Amino acid sequence: MSEAPLVSIENLTISLPGNDGGRLFPVRDVSLSIGAGEIVGLAGESGSGKTITALSLLGLLPPGGRMSGHIRFGGQDLLTLPPRAIADVRGRDIAMVFQDPMTALHPMLSIEKQLTEHLRHHRGIDARAARTRAIELLELVRIPDAARALKRYPHQFSGGMRQRIAIAIALCCEPQLLIADEPTTALDVTVQAGILRLLQQLRGELGLSVLLITHDMGVMSALSDRVVIMYAGRVVETGTRTDVLQHPRHPYTHSLLGALPHEHGDDMLLQPMRGTPPSIGALPPGCPFHPRCDWAEARCRDIEPGLHAVEPNRAIACVVDPLVGVPA
Amino acid sequence: MQQPIKRAWYALPSLVRFILRRLAIGVLLCVGVTLVSFTLTQIVPGDPVAASLGDQASSDPETVAAFRQRFGLDKPLPEQYLIYVTNLAQGNFGESLQTRRPVADDLAKYMSATIELSLVAMTFAMLAGVALGIIAAVNRDRWPDQVIRVISLAGVSVPTFWLSLVCLYVFFFQLGWSPGVGRLSPGAAAPMNLTGLYTVDALLTGNWKTLGSALAHLALPAMVLAIYTIGAITRFTRAAMLDAFQQDYVRAARAKGMPERTVVMRHVLRPALASIITVSGMAFGRMLGGAVLVESVFSWPGLGEYAYRSALALDLRAIMGVSLVIAAVYILVNLLVDILYAIVDPRIRLS
Repeated sequence: MSEAPLVSIENLTISLPGNDGGRLFPVRDVSLSIGAGEIVGLAGESGSGKTITALSLLGLLPPGGRMSGHIRFGGQDLLTLPPRAIADVRGRDIAMVFQDPMTALHPMLSIEKQLTEHLRHHRGIDARAARTRAIELLELVRIPDAARALKRYPHQFSGGMRQRIAIAIALCCEPQLLIADEPTTALDVTVQAGILRLLQQLRGELGLSVLLITHDMGVMSALSDRVVIMYAGRVVETGTRTDVLQHPRHPYTHSLLGALPHEHGDDMLLQPMRGTPPSIGALPPGCPFHPRCDWAEARCRDIEPGLHAVEPNRAIACVVDPLVGVPA
Repeated sequence: MQQPIKRAWYALPSLVRFILRRLAIGVLLCVGVTLVSFTLTQIVPGDPVAASLGDQASSDPETVAAFRQRFGLDKPLPEQYLIYVTNLAQGNFGESLQTRRPVADDLAKYMSATIELSLVAMTFAMLAGVALGIIAAVNRDRWPDQVIRVISLAGVSVPTFWLSLVCLYVFFFQLGWSPGVGRLSPGAAAPMNLTGLYTVDALLTGNWKTLGSALAHLALPAMVLAIYTIGAITRFTRAAMLDAFQQDYVRAARAKGMPERTVVMRHVLRPALASIITVSGMAFGRMLGGAVLVESVFSWPGLGEYAYRSALALDLRAIMGVSLVIAAVYILVNLLVDILYAIVDPRIRLS
């Protein structure tokens, strides 16, 4: 990419208060960037720091959370902005869609209210103009009979429809970046495909940048241009979708892809990953992945590898790098 | 049900049907209450005749027989009950053994005093309880929360009668801030009887001096009566809000960039409101119970006072009248709670 990216996170470290008075580091030294109109997939197991990285873009850390590093967006560093200014960026320039559409909508507010409250807050427009815009958005996300849908409440819609409404809410103020946190995980498979198609179309129609957070490599490969893999709070591999998904170079990415069901003749082959992800309070020394890694060597116990470029547009955090030329 | 009636019934809006159905059930409940209170007044040891007539008159068999006949106490119990219920259906609550006046008149008079007291106390309790609950929840585990938690715990723990006595002693005898007991200062004339609520009547007739006096007399007993309810509503509001703060849609509202004020009021308080309303309904029931104690300490001529005196005098009709009125208030408050619930929560309204 030659032009400056829309968002660039540089050396982001997030700390949270731990139970014993110490501090935990769910995200350590993470850098990633998202270009205009680009869909970047952020993948990893639960607890790898994906969601908290996304929340940091909105300045919405859990109580007691602290950040260091830089988040450059629109010519400013979000980490140095006062809380009020970040609140203005939230929902207006950067919007978010959450995992479970059954709980992410307010059960007692009409769809109209939920679609327009932030629109009216950020833009100061009147109820009528906001309603016109709300109808436009419901049509954009393919909700039938948009004018009537405005008067209804979330419980009157199915899960897939609710997720479309949540996307419409996120798009209300024409944000430049949409963060989609596991947007299809809580939905039926058939409905998932519809939401993925919708996100793809919206990127085309609106030139939207999307940070897609998922642990589902299938969703990842359907949608993203570039992929960032996180493990235990750090980025372990980044690259284009085809490179990473077809020729993973980090052993963790390799296992993650191996844990997907493959078609292999008539059988579905599943290779579950060994072990469990480490807790952020008790990381193993050296490379945090070494206890689960098939290629681990003695030095992996001592050195925590940094992310380094191995090809143009490709970086991994592994000192062994055993997978050159090995397909997924 | 006949076809046309059935059709007319289903033509009504669902909320109206709901209210009518609940009212019908309420009437049945009231009939049940009369049966229970009638039975209970028969079971309690003690002779209403002796209690009414005094030692000397009740030792004369003829006087006793005349008294029994006058009040229908000589008839068999089932017949007494039937007569009572038949009269009741015509709005006749019977005659008080004690005041010798129709119980309906007594109830109307004492009821209005209690309604005035408990309405003011309830309004105050809801405003203060919800406000304190919000402050505590927003400042969770910080000092305002700690202070409010102690206050609300004290509120639900302190016995009402004890608090009444202490407050009367401190604010009336010691500090002189309160004008004392009763509904008005001695010598002040009651305002023209429109609603029976002195403050409202004084306001409507432009009688400012009486209004001032009525308000001054109302303040302390209402405050004392409200204390428990404030504690209960505060604790409940805090818990319901903390629960609502965990919801995904609150995080979603913050992600939309809504100001924290709006998030708290619209996205946290609103969902918590439904359960706060339910608890307030129950607290109101308990408040009517507490009113008996507060009224007797503050010589407030209300239903509690009346019930207390009637019970001492074994005044059967009056006791049954009071039970019936309180049961009816309970039923109406619960109906109101359910209606408010439906207004607040579209999931109930629209299903």
